[in-house]
Amino acid sequence: MRLYYKYLLILFKSQMQYRTSFWLLSVGQFFIPLTIFAGLYLLFERFGQIKGWQFFEVALCFAIIHMAFSLSECFARGFDQFSSLVIKGEFDRLLVRPRSTFVQVLGSKFEFIKFGRLLQSIIVLVWALSNLPIEWTSIKAITLMLMIVSGVLIFTGIYMLAATMCFWTVQGLEVANIFTDGGREMAQYPLNIYQKWVARFFTYVIPFGTVNYLPLMYILGKTQGNGIIYLLTPIAGGLFILPCFLFWQFGVRHYRSTGS
Amino acid sequence: MIQLEGISKSYKIAKRSTGLRQAAKSLFYREHTIIDALKDISFSIKPGEIVGYIGPNGAGKSTTIKIMSGILVPDTGSCTIMGYTPWKDRIQYVKNIGVVFGQRSQLWWDVPVMDSFELLKDIYKVPLQEYKATIDLLIETLELQEIVQSPVRQLSLGQRMRSEIAASLIHNPKILFLDEPTIGLDAVSKIAVRQFIKTINKEKGVTVILTTHDMNDIESLADRVILIGKGSLLYDGHLEKLRKRFGTHKTITADYGKNTIPIQIPGTSILSWSPERVILSFDPDQTKTSEVITHLSDQVKLLDVTVESQPIEDIIVQLYKEYKI
Repeated sequence: MRLYYKYLLILFKSQMQYRTSFWLLSVGQFFIPLTIFAGLYLLFERFGQIKGWQFFEVALCFAIIHMAFSLSECFARGFDQFSSLVIKGEFDRLLVRPRSTFVQVLGSKFEFIKFGRLLQSIIVLVWALSNLPIEWTSIKAITLMLMIVSGVLIFTGIYMLAATMCFWTVQGLEVANIFTDGGREMAQYPLNIYQKWVARFFTYVIPFGTVNYLPLMYILGKTQGNGIIYLLTPIAGGLFILPCFLFWQFGVRHYRSTGS
Repeated sequence: MIQLEGISKSYKIAKRSTGLRQAAKSLFYREHTIIDALKDISFSIKPGEIVGYIGPNGAGKSTTIKIMSGILVPDTGSCTIMGYTPWKDRIQYVKNIGVVFGQRSQLWWDVPVMDSFELLKDIYKVPLQEYKATIDLLIETLELQEIVQSPVRQLSLGQRMRSEIAASLIHNPKILFLDEPTIGLDAVSKIAVRQFIKTINKEKGVTVILTTHDMNDIESLADRVILIGKGSLLYDGHLEKLRKRFGTHKTITADYGKNTIPIQIPGTSILSWSPERVILSFDPDQTKTSEVITHLSDQVKLLDVTVESQPIEDIIVQLYKEYKI
């Protein structure tokens, strides 16, 4: 953990070598999801509600998934851009250092400009929360935190899967974006507005639903019966990263025996 | 210290053909060829040795280095270094080695060199006290005082290479792998790098394995050379022996007062001739050096004479020819 912090420090120093571009890109990152959010706003302006979901409820849903996404893009960018590490042969360098490849890849890149995006989702989150009549309990607050943390874990897991594929294909896989960007786009709305199979896919295969839709119902008081199950779903979703991690380890071993 | 036995490694390489149609076809189906990068390589290296690992491009030098540094797993054979199998005990093992890839940087491009050193200190968990002592010594002997505060991207190649070598020694490794450490350097930097390698070998007893194409590196550093070609080990032994076995010829360069009659001396062959200078090659076992000089002074008015053994570069060219690699 301490080492990861040191990695961040050096990457931050590197980023600060290019200050102007940092500010410009951050501002750009701030506005990209803003346009998406504007679309959301206009949609509700027109229709009022979707399947019983009000604007601010969906805005909360939107804010949480975008926050998780931007955080994962900040922290796990090393995995997202892993193909460049393999192509340039820099992965060899990581292997001759006595630390786990996981930490080293995480530490290889950090996208500070994504803070612009993060800021935007924080603003939406605060705005949504202040307009929703939620009776806050400490459990609900914890659930909200868990939703974000587990969301980050799921995005990271997908990045890792894609990165691992690079050991075989060398070049990056745009396919993964279907699940990251696509998953984000899907999960910014409550899952029950979609077809059943879509909702199922994003609950059981790539568990965005468990960090967003299901616990959100609990926070908004839309659940019947025992809320505990809903509370626990983000944790279950976060476990998604474990098989991804194992697959990564497997990929590293494969790399070492082929050295493509 | 280092023990390689029967190491073999082959790669599966996709055949690439030219033309759009072929490229399109290769999207769905690709032919593969198996390339034997290494065939049954065995050698052992004792602590404190400097070994020059040579061979033409694509001979398998880098593959061997990668296997020895735990990056690659060989198909067959065993490799034991300091009691570890590099690819199995990776994390434990790599604490003991330093690796410099001449063509790739291990420093962080946009930050001062010193920042890279400090991050490496944390990566290798070097205690602060030890780090300070080591880094002071490295900065002094590699003359890095003026460059450690500049970002890597502003350094010249020579400065960068010196920083790279320092970076690979921060954790006081017992073994140093240098993959083409002098590539692209000017004469002054080359000499500085060689000098430094000698120093750490002598004073700290670091075992050094270096690959290079510059035979002067080998000549000034390595007592022992391992020659590899097309994946097979061809020669392993003393540089002098190699020279004796293949470098049988000597050359004489003579400058003299203007003389338009071509020189003829039995037992020698003329490499080049002009009215002021001649370069002769001969075999010292058959023709004595003194005889050649006597003949020369009979025929022309000698101004200057130099006698040289065959340069190592020539021997290597001859070797490559002999082994058809």
